[in-house]
Amino acid sequence: MTVPGAWFLTLAAILFVVGAVGLLVRRNVLVMFMCVELMLNAVNLTFVTFARMLDDIGGQVVVFFVLVVAAAEVVVGLGIIVAIFRRRAGATADDISLLRG
Amino acid sequence: MIAAVAQVQPGQPLQLPHVDWVTIGPAGIFFVGGLAMLLAGVFLRRRVPRGLWSGTTVVIAVLALWPAFHLWHQIASGGARTAIADAVVVDGFSIFIDVVIISAVVMAALLTDGYLRRENLEGTEFYVLMLFSASGGMLMASANDLIVVFLGLEILSIALYTLAGFQQRREGSQEAAIKYFVLGAFSSAFFLYGIALVYGSTGSTNLGVIADFLRTNSLTNGLLLGGFALLIVGLGFKVAAVPFHMWTPDVYQGSPTPATAFMAAVAKAAGFAALLRLFVSTFNTYRLDWQPIVWALAVLSLLVGSVLAVVQTDVKRMLAYSSIAHAGYVLVGFQTASNRGVAGALFYLFAYAFMIVGSFAVVTLVSGRGDTDASLDAFRGLSSRRPALAFVFTIFLLAQTGVPLTSGFLAKFYVISAAVEAHSYALAIIAMIAAVIAAFFYLRLIVVMYMAAPAAEGEEAAPTARIPIAVGAGMSLTIAVGFTLVVGFLPASVFDFARHATLLKL
Repeated sequence: MTVPGAWFLTLAAILFVVGAVGLLVRRNVLVMFMCVELMLNAVNLTFVTFARMLDDIGGQVVVFFVLVVAAAEVVVGLGIIVAIFRRRAGATADDISLLRG
Repeated sequence: MIAAVAQVQPGQPLQLPHVDWVTIGPAGIFFVGGLAMLLAGVFLRRRVPRGLWSGTTVVIAVLALWPAFHLWHQIASGGARTAIADAVVVDGFSIFIDVVIISAVVMAALLTDGYLRRENLEGTEFYVLMLFSASGGMLMASANDLIVVFLGLEILSIALYTLAGFQQRREGSQEAAIKYFVLGAFSSAFFLYGIALVYGSTGSTNLGVIADFLRTNSLTNGLLLGGFALLIVGLGFKVAAVPFHMWTPDVYQGSPTPATAFMAAVAKAAGFAALLRLFVSTFNTYRLDWQPIVWALAVLSLLVGSVLAVVQTDVKRMLAYSSIAHAGYVLVGFQTASNRGVAGALFYLFAYAFMIVGSFAVVTLVSGRGDTDASLDAFRGLSSRRPALAFVFTIFLLAQTGVPLTSGFLAKFYVISAAVEAHSYALAIIAMIAAVIAAFFYLRLIVVMYMAAPAAEGEEAAPTARIPIAVGAGMSLTIAVGFTLVVGFLPASVFDFARHATLLKL
């Protein structure tokens, strides 16, 4: 039995929404960061599914690019988070509210 | 790129695409120059005259003009073309955006020199990040494949997150960096999902193939439209269009001011470059579907940006909101989807780069060590302390208002006349109303600078501290004010440049 492609697409869409909602409702910066990764991987799943449905290898190649970019983003993001936590241990997104108006 | 992968046959040697390096010359020079500076900075730390790195950055940027001119003449004689397995496009449009980005880098690099000395920061990193970020922006402008657009966007953004947090010990800068990072990554995910949906519905990520596919097939499913919407969301974040603007005031206020100047000019130019190429050129056949969305974004950006700028008391925040309104004007040109609208949008981006870098250069100087005070009060009586500085800031503010004889007036004139020509009368009227609202806060700042009444009882006296103007900052301001005035008087050459900077017909 083969699982139809639409199921994968639906799963990816659900994962993407979970990531997006998670980013908006969670206050821990690290968890927000993980939610972004979830969104990117949901997109990867979409790409692979489309590549399979279209019988085109391009979509799978794209995933490699996304993985590399996501890794670079992790490096910079964790660097920024560490710089903040050095000054304010245990800070949540709500504590980072100096700039407003 | 995709084509190269498809050519692999079992037992056959890998067919690599021919790489025509000149076509990515400007971005390549920035990238290689940045790497060289990074290495040189490690080996020569503290043994070089001050100002060397700033000078090197300017030299690299000017060097990048050479392939740009070369390509411009090539296009003029041989027409626009694609290169490197169709992943990159060489047309007047990409060269124009390259020139905008190069100008912004030159001015920001000159400004940074004095800033780093004032803040006791050393090293090449600020310049290197600026060069990398700019190379990403140029890549976005010349991308002919959605994945290349994405890579350019990320190269641009990741370097910008770091620039925003460059003052790593200052809480404001940290906060700007984390906010920019979280929202930037969020928007990148949306953009990428948009690419996935467009890929799924058209079967390719190559813009030429997509355009061909859309011309011959009429899609009625929601997949493609969902892809459009997500692409607009992702790039809307980058160009700070309402309702995706929430990060802008905080990030602009918290970042080191030269970084703010740089990101305001370059991120906007690159983001609009990608928007214009994707929608006006590639998705042109579906313009009846995306034009209403862009119309709504333009109206919201114009009104929200202008109205919220009025209530700001911090000049950096005020300029941030005004940059949102400026994005609205560029969207007005974009919405027409006509050649004239694109030329107007390009002219706007060029003029805007000089105005905004100049404005933030003045704020850099006035806000003092540590970017402590950029409130309206810090500008009180600036004309008596630093008449020249107050004068150039006045010119930038008048240009942003759209007063005739400045580049800002013509920029607004070209986009609004393009909207009128495309029968978007309502949009043109809203744009003019927004300009009137915006005039209030620009003129208020001018009044504060020139007509500071003696402090009344209970009020703080106007600040009297001397404002040192670094040589580099002075040069940066001279370039910016020179361009703003010269183009204001003699716009023909720049407008011709913008008019000939057409998108490659796909």
